[in-house]
Amino acid sequence: MEGNYYPLLKWILLAPLAGFAVNGLLGRKFLGERAGGILGALAILISFAFAALAFSDLLNLPVENRLLRNTLYTWISAGTFSVDAAFRFDPLSAVMALIVTGVSFLIHVYSIGYMKGDAGYNRYFAYLNLFVFFMLALVLADNPLVMFVGWEGVGLCSYLLIGFWYEDPEKASAGKKAFITNRVGDAGFLLGLMLMSALLAANGVFAMDFASLEKSAPLLTSVTVLGIGAPTLICLLLFFGATGKSAQFPLFVWLPDAMAGPTPVSALIHAATMVTAGVYMLARLHFLYELAPRALEVVMLTGCFTAFFAAVIAMLQKDIKKVLAYSTVSQLGYMFMAAGAGAFSASVFHLATHAFFKALLFLGAGSVIHGMSGEQDMFKMGGLKKEMPFTFLLIGAGWLAIAGVPGLSGFYSKDLILEKVFEHGGHFVWGAGVLTAAMTAFYTTRLFILTFLREKRGHGHAHESPLSMTLPMAVLGVLALAGGFLLKDRLFIFLEPLAAHGGEATHEAARLMMISVIAGLAGIAAAFLLTLPKTAAALKRAVPQLHDLVYHKFYVDEIYGFLIIRPLRFISDRVLFQLVDAGFIDGALVNGSANASYAAGKRLAKMQNGRLDIYALVFAIGVALMLYWVI
Amino acid sequence: MEFITNPLSLLIILPAASGLALLAVPPGKEGALKGLALAAALLTFLVSLKLYAGFDPAQAAMQFQLDKPWLPSFGINYFLGIDGISLLMIMLTALLMPVAVLASFSYIKESRRAYYATLMFLEASMIGVFAALDLFVFYMFWEGMLIPMYFLIGIWGGPRRIYAALKFFIYTMAGSVLMLVAILWVVSAQHAATGAWTFSLPALYGGALTAQAQLWLFAAFALAFAVKVPLFPFHTWLPDAHVEAPTAGSVLLAGVLLKMGVYGYLRLAVPLFPDAARVFAPWLAGLGVVGIIYGSLVAWSQRDMKKMVAYSSVAHLGTVMLGIMAFEPAAVAGAVLQMVNHGLSTGALFLLVGVLYERRHTRMIDDYGGLAKVMPGFAAVFMIVTLSSVGMPGLNGFIGEALVLFGAFRVYPWLAGAAVAGVILSAVYMLGMYQQVIFGPLRHTENKVLPDLSAREWLYLAPILVFIVLIGVWPNPFLKRAMPAVNSYIALSRQQPAPTVPEVKFSLGGKEQE
Repeated sequence: MEGNYYPLLKWILLAPLAGFAVNGLLGRKFLGERAGGILGALAILISFAFAALAFSDLLNLPVENRLLRNTLYTWISAGTFSVDAAFRFDPLSAVMALIVTGVSFLIHVYSIGYMKGDAGYNRYFAYLNLFVFFMLALVLADNPLVMFVGWEGVGLCSYLLIGFWYEDPEKASAGKKAFITNRVGDAGFLLGLMLMSALLAANGVFAMDFASLEKSAPLLTSVTVLGIGAPTLICLLLFFGATGKSAQFPLFVWLPDAMAGPTPVSALIHAATMVTAGVYMLARLHFLYELAPRALEVVMLTGCFTAFFAAVIAMLQKDIKKVLAYSTVSQLGYMFMAAGAGAFSASVFHLATHAFFKALLFLGAGSVIHGMSGEQDMFKMGGLKKEMPFTFLLIGAGWLAIAGVPGLSGFYSKDLILEKVFEHGGHFVWGAGVLTAAMTAFYTTRLFILTFLREKRGHGHAHESPLSMTLPMAVLGVLALAGGFLLKDRLFIFLEPLAAHGGEATHEAARLMMISVIAGLAGIAAAFLLTLPKTAAALKRAVPQLHDLVYHKFYVDEIYGFLIIRPLRFISDRVLFQLVDAGFIDGALVNGSANASYAAGKRLAKMQNGRLDIYALVFAIGVALMLYWVI
Repeated sequence: MEFITNPLSLLIILPAASGLALLAVPPGKEGALKGLALAAALLTFLVSLKLYAGFDPAQAAMQFQLDKPWLPSFGINYFLGIDGISLLMIMLTALLMPVAVLASFSYIKESRRAYYATLMFLEASMIGVFAALDLFVFYMFWEGMLIPMYFLIGIWGGPRRIYAALKFFIYTMAGSVLMLVAILWVVSAQHAATGAWTFSLPALYGGALTAQAQLWLFAAFALAFAVKVPLFPFHTWLPDAHVEAPTAGSVLLAGVLLKMGVYGYLRLAVPLFPDAARVFAPWLAGLGVVGIIYGSLVAWSQRDMKKMVAYSSVAHLGTVMLGIMAFEPAAVAGAVLQMVNHGLSTGALFLLVGVLYERRHTRMIDDYGGLAKVMPGFAAVFMIVTLSSVGMPGLNGFIGEALVLFGAFRVYPWLAGAAVAGVILSAVYMLGMYQQVIFGPLRHTENKVLPDLSAREWLYLAPILVFIVLIGVWPNPFLKRAMPAVNSYIALSRQQPAPTVPEVKFSLGGKEQE
């Protein structure tokens, strides 16, 4: 087996798992709040340290041999189906592991302050540690099945954390919605894996680890299933899984509701890490997707549509977290656009910068909500820059980064994506991307203005958050400002050491860049104008139907409820249970036959009425029949 | 002596003898009665551990064989032996029995002596079914098991217990009678071909039956087992039986009894009539998939927790049927493991419903809500069991489900593809129930004072939780033991019958044919 045996790898995973076990089992009774929070953060720090160690060891290897492996044991083995509990650390996993553990650590520290005094404090840190464990299992997995463990596991933790304040039925329902929507996607993912495994098995290939899959994937190109090429179908099914986890159309509906969870959870799970799993999966299986250009086309168009669609909705949201949620959906759309254009490294680049600035924005929003004692409606904020100066500055950094101001992280990654999409030939997609960039600048500027600038609309006094919250934000602030610049070349050399990295800026690339920068600045300017109460009201009056449609998020939830959930409910209850099960099978057949035999028994009982002549007659007929049969 | 020194035989005799001994406990000594019942169940479990330790996982042949003539003139022997599949089933039975006894301590208040004795007789007959290698002995235990179960539901059950018990009994009997006819047919056909009477299963495998006869015989067996599994549309006895049965009855019904139906296919129907099995297999697998979707959808509309779990069993056993009818090693092994998994997770679900029922005397979902606040320990256990039931990776349910799906997809891509819908639907109804019972505000004042799990309740739930996690993380010790049996099942399903044997029309009294 290729790759270098590296037994330390498992400790990246085991540290958060141990943190989960200790906080989950002993937390409430023995640790208490302070120790529980510190232990939770410490577990992630250890994990980060091991990831950093593995990273430095990886860098010391020659570029063509940069793969560390740690196979723990044979997990499932039956017949020709065999899967190891195995982990790998290559450049892609390394980038992901560092982002996951690094951002997680900052958010754990932030949570120590944010969750202070919550009744479920230890439970919170237990879930958060468990989440990091599953997320690391996802990114370090050496085969798709172990990846699926992480894949479903992060969904579980997301469910537990969205419904963390379970006494509120709406929050609990949001958790369930997230889990079930994700499961719909997971079913597609599973089908894709089943199809791939069965087709490879038919070709005599049973090894399922990524390295072997990369070698055997070309075998699939000659196979056709249901009239389309096998790689295309497999990739589409796997991508359907990604639309669930990474909140793309048509399965994005759970993410806005997921904001019911504590805000650090929104920052970690629903912005920086878990929702990027789909992007990571595509990058991990790039060898398969490269065999399926038509599937990539679908990925690009889905990403483009989702980016645009979500940005439109984000422009009119009132809830600060909802704006950020739709923004996340939109930014994930950018990552899929890049992946669809074949620029997997660019998608990972945007994944990294987005993790920085979106986590920052969410933590900032959390700080605002914390300072405003739970208020989330931006129209009740305003003028907070005096009361929350640090948060103001840090959100400002995140705002400029996402809006695509040149030199900041979002600018580099988004621009690269648009450039790659244009190169790939998707001029229409590129245009939609630029328009989305303008809208992105618009809604983030609107968020910034409504919360911090202009006059104060709310009542009561807001307070700045404690240092344990502002310090992690400051670290993310630095990354959001400088991360793009620092990573832009290094990341690509690390991820694709063998590809050519010509830094030559073509004339056309410069022109494209100019256009997207102008689009961003236009969005910012428009936001300053259109958020003025007078213009906003005038606009609303001018196009009331359009405003209504966007404000109600295009009624997607309602449409799903009407087309899918209600009919299924009807079939489940009225048709299958009441009509088929209780009515037909049990009522007519089972109890019916019982009643029939009871009635028949009563009739037959009447025959035994004591009249000997009838007995004799029956006897005679019987004998006659028997004789006839024997002879 | 061999009846007792052979651990397999001891596993049947020990609970049966304990049952008799329990009947001799003088009335009024409740403590001694409970203690003795628990001791007997634990002792049986210890013996089953000995069985596990002595079992050679590499060997495909039947182990711990005991073959004593019983009615020699008919070729009936007290013939026992196990392979990996029966080993796992016996271990499951022996594990669930102390759990069932412990769960009954406060639940059962009337005629306790008879109750615990009945449980012991039930265990003896259940283990007997899994250990029997003689068709007659198998049939005896198979039918014998009906009687204690009938009493468990009929005496210690809920308000509609008589209806449920009768329905259970007649439903199962109707299937079994056909099986008895088929057994006699098979044996006499073998006698006609070889001139010797034998009920020994290994001797009857690969026997002398035409394809036509196989079809009818398989149908008779298949029907008997389909009722027990239960396969759609023969499932309607199950919700009633579960709802009325006491907690321990439900645990054993779901945990062990349903597995007997599947075991019947694995041990009898398919190896005895391989040609017919191949003909029927896609249809049975199809009914399994129908069961997955139908059971899940119907479970979704249930308001009674026990009914919901009962319908979820229809779905889970549908997965198992899909697996065993695929004749693919991974799928069959997954199905075998899923039998164990279902016993653990559904057994635990019934235990948890029982925990609530003892406190509030209702099983209706709407009577609960917000229990996480007052019963955090219960909520945590319920969560783990729910996740096990929906097949969350990392827990036991996933391993079985994934093996069945991946394995069966190689054989029946459409059916296995449709079965994936179960992955979604199980989350829909299970998490729906969990949310309504555990989350939300405490709507009912009666629920505000509910105590969390007691030490005794933790004691009987803990072993199940251990296995739920253990099988999920490290399933290979179990798979390894099942594999040789799985492979020989598949090999038996492929065998061709000897073509030159004359067709046999007559049964037992068939002297004139010689």
